[in-house]
Amino acid sequence: MSSSSRVVELRDAVVLVDGFPLLSGVTLELESGSLNVVTGANGAGKTSLLRLLGGLVALSSGSGVVSGVDLTTGDRRELRRRVGWLGHEGSFYDDLTATENLTFAAKALGRPLDEIGRVLERVGLSSRTKTPAKRLSAGQRRRLGLAWLLLRRPETWLLDEPYATLDDEGRTFFDELIGDVVKSGASVIVSAHDPLRSSALLPRTITLAGGRVVGDHS
Amino acid sequence: MIRTALLVAGKDLRIERRSRVLLWQVLPFGVMALVLSGLALGPNHAGNSSAGPGLFYLVMLLVALLMINRSQVIEGSSGTRTSIATLGLDPAGVFLGKALALALELWLTGVVVLAGSVLLLHTALVGSAEALPSVLVILAALAAAGTLYGALSGGGQGPATLLPVLSFPAFAPLLIAGERSYSDALHGGALWQWWVISLVALVVYLAIGILLYGVLEDS
Repeated sequence: MSSSSRVVELRDAVVLVDGFPLLSGVTLELESGSLNVVTGANGAGKTSLLRLLGGLVALSSGSGVVSGVDLTTGDRRELRRRVGWLGHEGSFYDDLTATENLTFAAKALGRPLDEIGRVLERVGLSSRTKTPAKRLSAGQRRRLGLAWLLLRRPETWLLDEPYATLDDEGRTFFDELIGDVVKSGASVIVSAHDPLRSSALLPRTITLAGGRVVGDHS
Repeated sequence: MIRTALLVAGKDLRIERRSRVLLWQVLPFGVMALVLSGLALGPNHAGNSSAGPGLFYLVMLLVALLMINRSQVIEGSSGTRTSIATLGLDPAGVFLGKALALALELWLTGVVVLAGSVLLLHTALVGSAEALPSVLVILAALAAAGTLYGALSGGGQGPATLLPVLSFPAFAPLLIAGERSYSDALHGGALWQWWVISLVALVVYLAIGILLYGVLEDS
């Protein structure tokens, strides 16, 4: 397989923070336009791996290329522009409304403002456009985070524990949307405690423990 | 850079207008601190005496520390910071935008506290009006330095108590220049030298912020 068809190539990737190894030698290749789930116990390194792939932490040793950006010599800011991040915490400004948050993102990215209504409708928040983000429920906040990503249209979606605190309806909605995103050609990397429940998505599942890959199943 | 600065400043000011922290918490705190400082000194020693300018800048220092911390806290949780980081905003523009919003808030508070000083402590109106331009420059320099040190002290995620310690070396010369400038405006004296010092400090802090804010954000 050519390297151009891979969105992630890591070789012995080590991430140290204050001398503590968050990742201790990860070797991994992920295909473009694929759905990948990173599982593992708390502290296994799931979030750290996603943060490395998003250019949010520096590679301490080893090598890697993500979305065409070399993690050792490339511009991490450029990498950040190519990925979209959704965490289990809020991903936006609590005091701003759904529309105001998306307007800020659209202006920052140079996107047309008329896309905002479309993405809010896509995630089912058309009736909450003027509600401050802090007054949205956990599920609605997650949907607003998705709207933010839909507006951004990143090459790579990094979703950190997106299912936390979601009910069945929310999980199903998430699974459907992730399926659509993968079909559109974007790469999706999800961290989760458990494998995805939807049998239709058929993701590749990578298991981490102690900052290393200990399992890899397609 | 300018487009990003205006976008970030507009966002910060909108959040402040929505939350009303400035209106209902910071401004009343500033006025109360002024009154209490005046009461502590006694009516014969505050106001038009040599203590007036010092009291004004002491109160503005306390207010500025609150607002600098607030300016970082509104960036939200680590999830929000991460999400915003992936927008790829120009860090120099982010610094300028946050400093501009903070300066506007400090100017508003400064005018209110200055008016309070005239009304409550009977500081001379004409001298205070003459001091206003230098007050605005000093507060803008405080905003620039404060935005820089707010990020240095870990932003909203770091301990708020670290900010006064870290920022003291940067704020002390500004407060001395501000106090001397205000005193000269009240009692007569050469204002231009304090103007030069204040403007140089403002330019230096803006330049350092534009150059280093991205590094501080990454760290």
